[in-house]
Amino acid sequence: MSTANVSHSSSGEYHHHTAHHFENAEAEYNASKFGVWLFLCTEILMFGGLFVGYIIYHQRYPEIFHTGAKFLDWRLGATNTVVLLISSLTMALSIYYAQVNNKKMVLVNLYVTLACAFVFLGIKWIEWSHKIHEGLLPGRLFHYDGPEAAVKDLPMYFGFYFGMTGLHASHVICGMALIVWLIVRAHKGHFGKNYWTPLECVGLFWHLVDLIWIYLFPLLYLIG
Amino acid sequence: MASSDPNKNYLNEKSGLMSWLTTLDHKRIGVMYMIAVMFFFLCGGIFAMLLRTELIHAGPTIMNSQQYNQVMTLHGAIMVFMVIIPGIPAFMGNFFLPMQIGAKDVAFPKLNLISWYCLIIGAIVVVASLFYHGVDTGWTFYTPYSIKTMNGTTLVVAGAFIIGFSSILTGLNFVATVHKLRAPGMSFFRMPLFVWALYSTAILQVLATPVLGITLLLLVFERTMGIGIFDPEMGGDPVLFQHFFWFYSHPAVYIMILPAMGVVSELMATFCRKPVFGYKAVAFSSIGIAAVSFFVWGHHMFVSGQSEVAGILFSFITMLVGVPTAIKCFNWVATMYKASIRFDSPFLFALGFLFLFTIGGVTGIMLATIGFDVHVHDTYFVVAHFHYVMVGGTLMAIMGGFYYWLPKMFGRMYNEFWARVTFVLIFVGFNVTFFPQFILGTMGMPRRYFDYLPEYQPLNTISSIGAYTIGTGFLIALFVILHCIFKGEKAPDNPWGARTLEWQTKSPPPHENFYQQPVVTGGPYEYR
Repeated sequence: MSTANVSHSSSGEYHHHTAHHFENAEAEYNASKFGVWLFLCTEILMFGGLFVGYIIYHQRYPEIFHTGAKFLDWRLGATNTVVLLISSLTMALSIYYAQVNNKKMVLVNLYVTLACAFVFLGIKWIEWSHKIHEGLLPGRLFHYDGPEAAVKDLPMYFGFYFGMTGLHASHVICGMALIVWLIVRAHKGHFGKNYWTPLECVGLFWHLVDLIWIYLFPLLYLIG
Repeated sequence: MASSDPNKNYLNEKSGLMSWLTTLDHKRIGVMYMIAVMFFFLCGGIFAMLLRTELIHAGPTIMNSQQYNQVMTLHGAIMVFMVIIPGIPAFMGNFFLPMQIGAKDVAFPKLNLISWYCLIIGAIVVVASLFYHGVDTGWTFYTPYSIKTMNGTTLVVAGAFIIGFSSILTGLNFVATVHKLRAPGMSFFRMPLFVWALYSTAILQVLATPVLGITLLLLVFERTMGIGIFDPEMGGDPVLFQHFFWFYSHPAVYIMILPAMGVVSELMATFCRKPVFGYKAVAFSSIGIAAVSFFVWGHHMFVSGQSEVAGILFSFITMLVGVPTAIKCFNWVATMYKASIRFDSPFLFALGFLFLFTIGGVTGIMLATIGFDVHVHDTYFVVAHFHYVMVGGTLMAIMGGFYYWLPKMFGRMYNEFWARVTFVLIFVGFNVTFFPQFILGTMGMPRRYFDYLPEYQPLNTISSIGAYTIGTGFLIALFVILHCIFKGEKAPDNPWGARTLEWQTKSPPPHENFYQQPVVTGGPYEYR
């Protein structure tokens, strides 16, 4: 988020210019972090709408959530939880290695984070295509014809399932794009003990994406 | 980095269209917002004139009922999402918030530019709906009707969602700017009241808009996939949509009015040549209004079937809003006491604001009373009330602020005589338009209909004549502003003798706002 100008000094070492309207690099770093925290508040409120909807309808129609959750495989969900937790760890480690000036390990950790994100989406893909195949779809699109289809309003559960995991997955994809951007910059040697603001900011976002999944997992998979 | 050449300023530092479309200077982005908002206001205004022409007498006049519903929806959606919400914060706030706290720019200039593009892209998506049979839901998009009606609805809802990002990013930028970029010595209690108002607004934008975002997103899903959350046919609850919608849209009402109150505080201090009476009380009342605004959304839903206990609580909390609001009004009046007042046109608009906003506010308290609200619900009384607040309040402040800051933005003076003419036309026209609507409402005329019973005829005709008067006033104002920007006389750096920081630099300001970093040693309004 900073308005960094990029230049290399004669020795080839990267030097980050503080944007003109900040007093010093410290002020810029603090402002960037502050901005990201505010952005995370907006994310929580946005997902909050879905969680409130979930609570209200779970209160009203508990049976559709119990029946619906049976169609979900908790082992796949648990695997994805572990994968995301690992990616959060490597994300945090990349910041640490930037602070100790270890470019190689910054890159290794960013690549592992990206790989975890791919694994997560891969598993999501398997789960979704299975449901789409069975006709376990939101609202109007629902055309499953097993015995559970007799449960009234069951399609709404899949409205929540696809709505919540879909919005979350779109955040994972945004996060992956940001991590690719970090990898490009890390290759150019932009991060080191004097400058790691983008790593920190994307890291905060990535942890939030992880945290939201940690709530989605029990609410959708384990409630049955 | 900034040139110290005294002939260079933010307007002529670089030239060419691309230098504007890619600029990161908060002042240039402010000017781009100004152009966008003026254009949208012209569109929304033309729709308003069409509506009043249709209602000038009973029966079809210039359009059929279906077209009327579409014009009414677009008037509402454009005026709310594209004029009043970005009007003061994104345009005047962008330009003057950094200057008033002695900063060189907002905290995140790139984000600032992105937010302008979000507004423009969202606006284009909204307008594109016209090519898909339009939209006829009203700006509130109530379900289940909005799930079933015309195709254009999806586009308008998606457009409002994108515009929401513009609002969130602007708010986020302002909160970070106020916290992180104040000049040395600029403590919180030395900030001008305009900054306090924008800060409270920005908090609302950051915390409330995402809820609108998810609501509109769910509505888009509802229309495309039929997920059923708001659709009673599939077990969903349309009242939940109303709860979600007003959880944003009631704080949004204060997103519209708080910055206007900030502008009025500035005008009071400058043209009374006195510190604003009760500075801290006015500052905290902005925060107070912002805080209370999150707990009053249910007063839009007294007849929706929500529980009676909820209705009573919402009614009580709504009346609480009157407390910080009254604190502001009384303090402004007290500021004028024994002041040496200059009646330039910005101050006339501030006085107009006080008069009209008081009527709008007091009728708001009337509507907060459940018994009365159930009686006049969905009548023209409500229409008159919110136009008194939003037009009589916010647009009066926009006009006052516009004239006040024009000399700083472009280094030129506007024509004072014609500016006063616009005030008279807008103020008189406004009352002629909307006061009869209070009476029509108590007579029982429902809102949003394209036709009415013959007994409502005379007052509707008067109202339409008033609308043409306002329209004429704003058209003249447009010429006054354009004349000022291109042909106006050269303005001194501080024509009003104001004390806030933006007036202590050159007009128009240089790229980095100040030639030297300002150091603040006192309050914002030390006239004596």
